[in-house]
Amino acid sequence: MSEPLVSRELIGRQSDEVLVEIERGGIRKFAEAVGDTTEACLRGDVAPPTFPTTIRIPIPGLTIDLARVLHGGQEYRFERPIRAGDRLRCRTRLQDVFQREGRLGAMTFFILELEGRSEDGEPVFTGRSTVIVR
Amino acid sequence: MTDTATTRMDTRELAVGSALPELRKDAITKLQLVKYAGASGDYNLIHTDDETARRVGLDGVIAHGMLSMAFLGQYLCWLTGPESIRRLTVRFGEMVRPGDVLTCRGRVKALVDEAGGRRLTLELWAENQRAQQVTTGDAEVVIG
Repeated sequence: MSEPLVSRELIGRQSDEVLVEIERGGIRKFAEAVGDTTEACLRGDVAPPTFPTTIRIPIPGLTIDLARVLHGGQEYRFERPIRAGDRLRCRTRLQDVFQREGRLGAMTFFILELEGRSEDGEPVFTGRSTVIVR
Repeated sequence: MTDTATTRMDTRELAVGSALPELRKDAITKLQLVKYAGASGDYNLIHTDDETARRVGLDGVIAHGMLSMAFLGQYLCWLTGPESIRRLTVRFGEMVRPGDVLTCRGRVKALVDEAGGRRLTLELWAENQRAQQVTTGDAEVVIG
């Protein structure tokens, strides 16, 4: 088995907390691109459930070569929907890194967690991405 | 179209195994991929530039996996309304290309009555025009 692309010592590393303002125009543009006809989303009031994908916060020291990346899976959990005007305190964390032998040879799996809280610290959503580097 | 559940699903008539109504999306276009790249912030050129896609061994651009997940997100909103969604989990199985027509389908996996309403676990998938499931997963919704 070849060397993992990233040391397991990076597990637990996280980004700074970023304050993300959820904008009506951003929600509308996203819903329009998807062709989502949900009225509350087209009006820009309520974010579609996959809208947190627009929140991209890099983790210092972790760079992934886009040309070799596959998105294996994705999860979002919600305490409540995200709405226009929300100011969310967000952070990305590298939850796990492991290597597996697949049909295409050794692949490195990154499990990245994105967490969003209200300004009061109440949990709003979490995202969990499985990113595979071949 | 409304955001309420009652127009799409009468939860009183649902049981474990019940099939959900299907939502057929328009064919994916290259323009949609450009729009989605801009709206989502995923600028990986394998989704918008054929030359880049060929350089990594693809025939041409492929859709963002997250676009097919967004279709399933729309499907959930259409079925039960955006306020009801507690979780959406997917696995990306097959590649999706411009011209593909995806249809969202699903069935009820579990159904529990709670204090806040009825919690449904739904099995969901998006399949292409060749009936291949491209993106598969499940979701939890609570309907008051």
